[in-house]
Amino acid sequence: MLLYFAIPTIEAQITKWGLLMAKVNRQSIARAACLALASSVVAFATPAFAGSTLDAIKQRGSLRCSIQGPSNPGFGVPDSQGNWKGFNVDMCRAVAIMIFGDPNKVQIVPLTTQTDIPALQAGEIDMVAANKTHTLTRDAQLKLNFPAVTFYDGQGIMVPRKSKIENAKQLDGATICVQPGTSTEVFLVDFFKKNNLNFKPLVMESRDELRKAFAENRCDALTADYTTLVAQRTLLPTPDDYVILPERLSKEPLGLTVRHGDEELRDIVAWAVYSLVNAEELGITQANAEQLATSSTDPAVRRLLGTDKGLGQALGVDDKYGLLLVKNLGNYGEIFERNLGSGSALKLDRGSNKLWNQGGLMYVPPAR
Amino acid sequence: MLDALRREEPRHLWGQAVVLLIVLAGLSWMGLNAVENMERRGLSLGFGFLFQRAGFAISEHLIAFSPSDTFARALMVGAVNTVWVAFWGCLLTTIVGIVGGMARVSSNPLVARIAELYVEVGRNVPVLLQLLFWYSVIRALGGPGSALELVPGMFVSNRGLQFPTLDYTGGPTGPVLGLVITGVILAAVRIPFQRRFESPAVRGRFRLASVATLCVGVLLGGWLAGGTLSLNVPALRGFNFAGGSNISAEFTALLVGLTFYTGAFVTEIVRGGIQAVHAGQWEAGKSLGLSGYRTFSLIILPQVMRMILPPLTSQYINLTKNSSIAVAIGYPDLINISNTSINQTGQAVQIVVLFMAVYLAISLTISALANGYGLYVKRRGG
Repeated sequence: MLLYFAIPTIEAQITKWGLLMAKVNRQSIARAACLALASSVVAFATPAFAGSTLDAIKQRGSLRCSIQGPSNPGFGVPDSQGNWKGFNVDMCRAVAIMIFGDPNKVQIVPLTTQTDIPALQAGEIDMVAANKTHTLTRDAQLKLNFPAVTFYDGQGIMVPRKSKIENAKQLDGATICVQPGTSTEVFLVDFFKKNNLNFKPLVMESRDELRKAFAENRCDALTADYTTLVAQRTLLPTPDDYVILPERLSKEPLGLTVRHGDEELRDIVAWAVYSLVNAEELGITQANAEQLATSSTDPAVRRLLGTDKGLGQALGVDDKYGLLLVKNLGNYGEIFERNLGSGSALKLDRGSNKLWNQGGLMYVPPAR
Repeated sequence: MLDALRREEPRHLWGQAVVLLIVLAGLSWMGLNAVENMERRGLSLGFGFLFQRAGFAISEHLIAFSPSDTFARALMVGAVNTVWVAFWGCLLTTIVGIVGGMARVSSNPLVARIAELYVEVGRNVPVLLQLLFWYSVIRALGGPGSALELVPGMFVSNRGLQFPTLDYTGGPTGPVLGLVITGVILAAVRIPFQRRFESPAVRGRFRLASVATLCVGVLLGGWLAGGTLSLNVPALRGFNFAGGSNISAEFTALLVGLTFYTGAFVTEIVRGGIQAVHAGQWEAGKSLGLSGYRTFSLIILPQVMRMILPPLTSQYINLTKNSSIAVAIGYPDLINISNTSINQTGQAVQIVVLFMAVYLAISLTISALANGYGLYVKRRGG
């Protein structure tokens, strides 16, 4: 309402300035132009600010972390108040705890599979926690780092039960829905080529549109990481009518992603994840962390929880980083069960994500 | 130098030179800034990545493409797909626009009101929503298992329209030779008997006969050369139809959506053109004894077409650029493939420059063709 009156006044003022400028004599215009030209040359010659990402994060006061938008069941879902919850959100919070000691100093940015890596490369976000697979191309050509694997997965294919398909080799000539810009897209091509089969891709950026196309039989199969398929199946109108085929088309070590060039940030992100897994190995849980911090005699526990000082300082973070991580989020197993396992709608088995000494692949360096 | 600033003409030249320098300085600063930042991030410059293996499949391609082809070829496929949908879109939009424009000024009130409703809906609903609507309509059709067979051999399903094709085996020499020989025979018949062909009725009949003769000549040439002609009828095999050719659901939805949207704008442009023609032209036509339809097609429409050429060209260019909404439904146009390539290679700046150049080339071509047509009509005295 105020603008309605403000805009004509502003317009009138600008017009007055314009007319005034036109009356200014030509010599001063020429001088002003030369000055503008010279200053633009000087501005270009000045070196730009070249701080590291970690410094920028600390200066900003929060970590900009991107997840798969608009929502990804189990990994990142907003609740009715707009607060984000999920496995990847907890990973973002873990890094925020390492840097700031506070799990809330994080800005969750929902992006798509096509926009998150360009945003990371451009510097708009600091870390991608969107189940990106660690590949050579992403490492070397896209100049990204994958400090730690948070989840070991594999690519799967989902088909309707009534199609009576039992394994992926029966999909010759099928139309398969897939998201663009993912490792899924390229592994699908490799699988079909290896087995001398043909397929037609249906490629759409929006995962929700893709699921709808699959539900309406626009495509015969849907392919994505196995965990994503389980999550998407819960969103289909009749989940029991769909079955995920037994083949895993690829190995997918999913993790957090940062840019090349900042070694401190890379170490902090890596040790955020490693500490969560080490905490589970040592039997530290959200319930007993405080108590173990004061009463434990195990040197490994004392080092991780900061009772014996030194580890945090080496990383450039608070010594009590381990205690803060487990108190706020729980250990790796608790985070998994809460978001993806028995405490969630997905009911995923930990499978390859169990600890190394329990038959899984979660083997991280020791914290000392 | 100050003396030069006081004289009128050199002053203008100085002013323009200074502005040009400022613009160039600004552009070069932007370019060098981008290059410096890319180097600092470790992103490589140059277009060498275009010759790497693409690694992803494309669902529909007018030129041959396989995942082991290069990124350059993938982008070319995207460009061809964009031009293909833009071409058919512009053609259908013109037809829809002319019909709609005629309906808008019709004396039949029902027809005029329907056209008005179409214009208001088509212009005011955002084009992306229209596209998603048409796509959901097409998706509501059954899967290939429950496809509708309207005409024997043509199947309509949510995968698109599958139709039979004519397959010819054997090289091009047979038919081409047949074409050439038949053409020579027809010319031998036509050229000596100029006086017989002065009547337009005779000319019209001859044209019809010569088209039929040429077709026969082509077929005869192919048959004599030993090639065979077969009908390739689509049949449901496994998941999809094999045989024949197919117009995909995505292409159809995109075409219908773009035509519906741009057609509404062109309808109004044509209506404006029709109403701008002097009423005297209509009266002259009627007084010559021409029917309403013939007056319109012989006298009014040619004038309208020449008049609406500039805004029509703008709508064609809008349609071409709007085709990039194909990313929402998975039609592999240039933007869609560029996005995938950016993700796989990380070379965002170079790919964006490339597709900007392609769109610019397409738009300039459309303008050039339209202006050329305008000049041709003017020179003919239209």
